[in-house]
Amino acid sequence: MSEIEKSKINIVKAPDGVEGPGFFATTMDKAVGLGRKNSLWPLPFATSCCGIEFMATAAATYDLGRFGAERLSFSPRQADLLMVMGTISKKMIPVVRQVYQQMAEPRWVLAMGACASSGGIFDTYSVLQGIDRIIPVDVYIPGCPPRPEQVIDGLMQIQKLAASETTRRRNQPEYKALMEKYGME
Amino acid sequence: MDKETLLKTVEEKLKAQFGDGLLSSELLVDYPVFTLKRDIICDVVKFLYNDEELSFQFLTTLAGLHYPDNKGQELGVMYQIHSLTKNYRIRLKVFFSISDPNVPSITPVFKGANWMERQEFDFFGIVFKGHPNLKRILNLDDLGYHPMRKEFPLEDGTREDKDDKMFGR
Amino acid sequence: MASTNKIDKIKKGNTSVTNAEAKVEEKEYSTLNLGPTHPATHGIFQNILKMDGEIIVEAESTVGYIHRAFEKIAEHRNYYQITTLTDRLNYCSSPINNMGWHMAVEKLFNIEVPKRAQYLRVIIMELSRIADHLICNSVIGVDTGALTVYFYIFSLRERIYEIFEEICGARLTTNIGRVGGIERDFSPKVWAILDVFMKELPAALKEFENLLVRNRIFMDRTIGCGPITAEKALQYSFTGPNLRAAGVDYDVRVMNPYSSYEEFDFIVPVGTNGDTYDRFMVREEEMWQSLSIIQQAIAKVKKEPAGIFHADVPDFFLPPKEDVYNNMEALIYHFKIVMGEIIYYQAYTEMIKGAFLSDAILTMSSMNVIAGELDA
Repeated sequence: MSEIEKSKINIVKAPDGVEGPGFFATTMDKAVGLGRKNSLWPLPFATSCCGIEFMATAAATYDLGRFGAERLSFSPRQADLLMVMGTISKKMIPVVRQVYQQMAEPRWVLAMGACASSGGIFDTYSVLQGIDRIIPVDVYIPGCPPRPEQVIDGLMQIQKLAASETTRRRNQPEYKALMEKYGME
Repeated sequence: MDKETLLKTVEEKLKAQFGDGLLSSELLVDYPVFTLKRDIICDVVKFLYNDEELSFQFLTTLAGLHYPDNKGQELGVMYQIHSLTKNYRIRLKVFFSISDPNVPSITPVFKGANWMERQEFDFFGIVFKGHPNLKRILNLDDLGYHPMRKEFPLEDGTREDKDDKMFGR
Repeated sequence: MASTNKIDKIKKGNTSVTNAEAKVEEKEYSTLNLGPTHPATHGIFQNILKMDGEIIVEAESTVGYIHRAFEKIAEHRNYYQITTLTDRLNYCSSPINNMGWHMAVEKLFNIEVPKRAQYLRVIIMELSRIADHLICNSVIGVDTGALTVYFYIFSLRERIYEIFEEICGARLTTNIGRVGGIERDFSPKVWAILDVFMKELPAALKEFENLLVRNRIFMDRTIGCGPITAEKALQYSFTGPNLRAAGVDYDVRVMNPYSSYEEFDFIVPVGTNGDTYDRFMVREEEMWQSLSIIQQAIAKVKKEPAGIFHADVPDFFLPPKEDVYNNMEALIYHFKIVMGEIIYYQAYTEMIKGAFLSDAILTMSSMNVIAGELDA
């Protein structure tokens, strides 16, 4: 037994494949998915209260690092996951869209909290009623604000998406149609 | 000095200095409130700032007011000033017509009034004369109306998913 | 033109350009857009900076990126429905905002809150003061490059959340307290975990201070960074720790005591320079004072009869139903939030003029500007 196996550290299991003496074969999709899943670089787009719960999630007690997502990328260019946390006002719309468009494929979006998902309690003239009106969203986390456990659960849902997504999905006509719906390329 | 003596002292001082510029004064809950003619508001604030006995040298806040039923005096501004050394707090109010929403700016006396006045301009459309940079602060420049006025709705008009029955309407 | 002279000189082989000659040259300024989603702004602020190299010549701030129309919403709500909004103003210390609202209503209705409830409120408020100052101070650490303090102190901060959760059921947006008191008495478990927290806090806070207070790098980065004089601070209507750091010994808990603060014995820390280090130190000391206030409050609560946590005023809660729907007067007519943050932030452009860009970021985090309260 190797040192790692002896300790209680869990390492990610290899995907299904054909194993033989001196070789291991699996599909490209699975191998890439495995890598993407366990090294998500989130861009915390924190605007209000949910941002503080995200700080709690990222800090020592809840520790996002356990999911390979502790490397917060504040530059959209290197980020995989856009975490929109908090109220998005109408003044903020162009900023959110620009940040999303600056991200490289593949990109996922997580709407954390009621405000980002639906406008929440702020059904007012100045607040955008859910970010899915301007950018496509993959996972919604309910709560006002959600507990850190919920944030972790949301992140794990994104991990599932990342693991199962084929490398070609972004070239499919459905995806292009979705982008067109939002007026993006 | 208790609240009632404070009310009387300030009232006397303002009357002596500004005559009929002081329209009314009263004790609301525990706040002395003075209603003034709007043209003198900056002078009053400056006078109270420089007065050695009172020295109201701290602007706590200022707020716009809108009473649509009060014909001819729909809009108003409330100033809350505070004397840190003496620990007195008073409110000043001015009212004016919605068709002529102008009021002198108090930024020459309090620098901090800058953004507060911009905010009330944004919310109520009150124009502060003499303000160095009076433009919208919180809302988008092209909003087109002043949202805190009573006639404008709170809710976002773009939502289609709301069933009025659920909201008791 | 000075620049051609310089080039001519260099062409002629004379490379020594005196400082005076270099100064005459037209300065080229660059424009830098900081925010609205810059990670160092801790929220949504935009600053358009005119830079001369690393030094800020001019700054222009834009706010309103999370304007949520709190005041307008509040004018459509009942008196007891406001705490959901006050929670989300300064979300780092929502219980204090809640209490502020409750006390305003109690003043209007002339309600006498029982002593026990007042002391319990003091405990809640001081806990959230600690929670808020911990965020602010640990973030100053993060912005100086000391990420450790943030990771370290957040595990302690979780304890405060656990206490709030035990009191009211929520961690962050607490909705704590009711008009006339608090919603229920502290359960035995609250007292137990509060006790543990009170024992843990001094050691953790001490260690936190050891990491920063006399840290040479931290001191060099923060002393003299983003200073504001007492006169300027008053002109800009500063309040709270930011005002005290500038050297004005005004604390509303002493001057206009509420919730029985006059019975408590505590020191009001005051700074001298109004710079980032002073703001940091004032907050540090306030946490120690909060600790002592909580201890005093616990002792006082124990002397009060148990079970009395609310004033005996059942009938003011709801205006008659038809009034709520037909007559808006039964609701709040004008609602005004006095926001500290907008006051601090408007002084910001003046405070960072002539400073380094990296100092500007520190100045912002040390003023503890919370976007939620700023834009309301």
